[in-house]
Amino acid sequence: MVEITKSGFYSTIQDLGRYGFQSIGVPSSGVMDIQSANFANLLIGNSENDAVIEMTATGSTLLFHVDTTICITGADMSPLKNLVSLKNNTPTLIKSGDVISFGKRSGGFRCYLAVLGGFKTELVMNSRSMYNNVTAQHKLKKGDRLEVLKINSDRSYKNATLKFDTSLFNENYIDVFKGPEFDLLSESQQNLICSNEFTISDANNRMAYQLIQKISNELDAIITSLVLPGTVQLTPAGILIVLMRDCQTTGGYPRVLQLKESAINILAQKSTSQRFLFKLIG
Amino acid sequence: MTHYQLKYKSYGERSILIEWPSEIDKYILHDVLIMKSCIQKNISESILEVKNAYNSILISYVLAIDNVNSEILVLKSLYLKKKYQNHDSKKLWKIPVCYDAEFAIDLEEIASRKGYSKEDIIRLHFEGDYTVCFIGFLPGFLYLEGLNNALHFPRRATPRIAVEKGAVGIGNSQTGIYPNLSPGGWNIIGNSPVQFFDASNAIPCFANAGDKIQFIPIASYEYQEISFLVANGTYKIESEVING
Repeated sequence: MVEITKSGFYSTIQDLGRYGFQSIGVPSSGVMDIQSANFANLLIGNSENDAVIEMTATGSTLLFHVDTTICITGADMSPLKNLVSLKNNTPTLIKSGDVISFGKRSGGFRCYLAVLGGFKTELVMNSRSMYNNVTAQHKLKKGDRLEVLKINSDRSYKNATLKFDTSLFNENYIDVFKGPEFDLLSESQQNLICSNEFTISDANNRMAYQLIQKISNELDAIITSLVLPGTVQLTPAGILIVLMRDCQTTGGYPRVLQLKESAINILAQKSTSQRFLFKLIG
Repeated sequence: MTHYQLKYKSYGERSILIEWPSEIDKYILHDVLIMKSCIQKNISESILEVKNAYNSILISYVLAIDNVNSEILVLKSLYLKKKYQNHDSKKLWKIPVCYDAEFAIDLEEIASRKGYSKEDIIRLHFEGDYTVCFIGFLPGFLYLEGLNNALHFPRRATPRIAVEKGAVGIGNSQTGIYPNLSPGGWNIIGNSPVQFFDASNAIPCFANAGDKIQFIPIASYEYQEISFLVANGTYKIESEVING
């Protein structure tokens, strides 16, 4: 069992998401940066869909009541084991009584912690991903006790360090495809969207990222239609909204762009006032 | 059987969007749901999700699509032969709603601005014959078609931060029930004690696209009784099988 002794800013349990229930309005959810989370699981021999802790902006503090192995990936939040520095992207053996905590964040916005066998929190509609009104709680809080597997073998992963290219987090280009309503935009609007630099506003979370720079817009709302994580909507007020993993299943704003799946991972590692450009591909 | 002129669009790496003419229309919805059922029956193994809205279907595949044009051809041929497929039977759900003043916080305003009595508004609402077009916005939020024109009423200029669970609202030409406490901009005219979404249930939402909804007006004491049964897990929503 792993005990949360400090929650952090916004930490949740996530796997690769909840599928098969979107037609009753349930979002897919799942880790925001799939690549980093997969990497954490891979390095300790887990399956890709094993549940991890996703920490946003600041880290949680965890007290382990079990011997196990963990791996931390994604944003560098200066992880510590019993107050001694740890490295990201390196499996670490844990003894019962060990405390994992985090310090200053440098580079990236979301950090992942995988544990051998994955966190065995409640499975709701085939997924452990936390979401309001679907799972009993929508984020981790102090005092939560998370079940993990008891491991008897002493599998050691001392040599399993792999290089993870964190320069991806500084990538300035977000790859996009045309969205279903892209062709309704005027040529000057299309040019603006594909050449302007955009800044992430403070309205950014697991549901959506709003951007600061506006596009003057005369497009009306559309008849409520279907959206996906990575869909970029343009509101009547000219605001661009990039939908993320917890987004609703339907929406009524024109869908002007669709992020490439790998670009969702990159955007998930950016936060308020960071800038980027859309790069139209395909 | 009508065949509409459909548009097929690639949507990201793994999805295809099919669009019908851009209007809210029950014949279009009927055609959308037949096509959705064909897709689910014929190519389910390669599909992660298929969902519909008023006039569109979005198919998300398990793997990135290699050749969009060949997938679109598969879908086009499914559409052409769709009339030979049976589609699933539908249900009529009888949903109790209490329109008393304690719940109907915007009823007075709608009535006075429309020049109707409150009783007229309530009657026009519960006499309606509603079809579930799709479920979205929140888990278990039904998008219903069939609101009487006389009841169309604009959304509130400023949405409320918290609309009660079960609140029955009107927003423009639509009516619906908030399945959980949520921000919302619709005008509230009643409340239903029924659970529209329960993640712990094997069937988390009883309704499916294409089902019919009938609202049954209930008194405050009946609301309390039903709420008690719902909390106990012993309430069963009255329903009938209807022909699609």
